[in-house]
Parts: sequence; C-alpha cells; structure tokens
Amino acid sequence: MNLKVLYFASIRETLGLAQESVQTHTKTVGELRLELSQRGGLYKEALSSDKVIRTALNQNMCFESEQLIEGAEVAFFPPVTGG
Amino acid sequence: MSFTVSIQLEDFDLTTEVSSLRAADPGVGAVCSFVGTVREFDAKTAQATQANSLAPSNDSIISLELEHYPGMTESSILKMMDQARVRFGINAARVVHRIGVLKPMDQIVLVAVSAAHRGTSFQACEYLMDYLKTQAPFWKKEQTIQGQARWVDARVSDDVAMAKWSN
Repeated sequence: MNLKVLYFASIRETLGLAQESVQTHTKTVGELRLELSQRGGLYKEALSSDKVIRTALNQNMCFESEQLIEGAEVAFFPPVTGG
Repeated sequence: MSFTVSIQLEDFDLTTEVSSLRAADPGVGAVCSFVGTVREFDAKTAQATQANSLAPSNDSIISLELEHYPGMTESSILKMMDQARVRFGINAARVVHRIGVLKPMDQIVLVAVSAAHRGTSFQACEYLMDYLKTQAPFWKKEQTIQGQARWVDARVSDDVAMAKWSN
C-alpha cells in the first residue's frame, strides 16, 4: 500500500527529511518502523528499536500494533514536550 | 459554551483571552487560568546554580524553538478539551500555544477554563495542562549560551502527573 510518512523533531533532523511517500507490504505501524529502519544508515540511526518513539496514524496517537490503512498518514516522533 | 484552541507565533494577552472566554455567561462563577513561560535555565542547571541564581551558567538558554504537527496539534487539543468538558462539566475553555522561536520569560502556553464553581475550574485547568505536557504533539529545542542546540527530553514526572487522572 501507499502511505504518507512524516518525521518530526530529532527524528526529522537525523534523517534530514520531513516527509516521504512510502510503498509497503507491512501490516502494522511497528512493522513499518522496522522496515524503514532496515534501510540502514540514517534510517537505522533514527528509527532503531532502542529509540523511544511515539507514533500516530491519521493524526491520532497509536500503538505500534495499529493496523496500517491504504493512503494513511503515519508519523514518527520523539516523546512530546509541549505545554 | 466555547471551546477553542489557537496555535500561533504571536504572543497572547491573558486579560483579553479571559474576557473573551467568560463573555456574557452569567452561569460562570469561576475562571481559572494557567500561563507557562520560558525559563532561562533547564532543571539540571537550576539546581547547580541555586547559590547564585542571577549568574548565567554555561547551560543558560538563550532561545527555545517550538515545533508542532500541524493538523494533529489542533485536533488533539480540541479532543482533550471535550474530555475536560465531559469529565468536569466546565462551561468553556481556551488554549493558546505558541510555536516558533521564543526567549526566556516569553509566554508559551495559556490554558483558561470557566465553570460554575471553583473546584471544577481548578481541576479542569490542571487536567488540560497535564494532558498538554504528555499528549499534544509539540517538541522543544533549546539553544544554549554556549551555542549548543539540544532537544528537550520528555519528563517521567509529566507522565506521573497525567496518570493521576486515570482512576
């Protein structure tokens, strides 16, 4: 499926990329994260499993077990620090 | 019965915002507000410089940059406010959160709540601030006096504060 993937804060900085279109056969947000980190290099540095990352699907915070949907917007970001 | 949020670069005025919030609602007996501001020192440094709090340390912050997730920021805050409305029975609420580059002592965030009685208004205001600290998609990046840029880490104490609302 096609997805729009967004990166924020230190993750965006590491990747040097704010967003991209991704084609994937993965089924969940967690599987997508793993697949992206397996691209190696900066992706591995930004998204590896030892990093604490929060995720959102279509602008709702979600767990990594969340099912992906065709055309969805998936976002990866560090724990939030607003307020 | 208005529940509104503004994400903006510009500063806000507490008096104006509170006046708008409680405009012509005779059912309101209590208005509670919170303003968050930029501190010059991070928590780690503040302890170390307690002896001489006026002396800038190597870890003084000269600016704070706020990034957010456009779209999700507004929708998640509105959801939080609706949860506060249902849980506490408040009359109205207003959240203003700034983004962009801020300086020490600048205002960052306003949470204001109006209700019939004070207990509800205090609780809802604290609830919304705890929620903002743990769920709203903003990220802060500090620029120190030594020219270092570093992303602020989320605090466990904020998650603990949020957890107290689950019972």
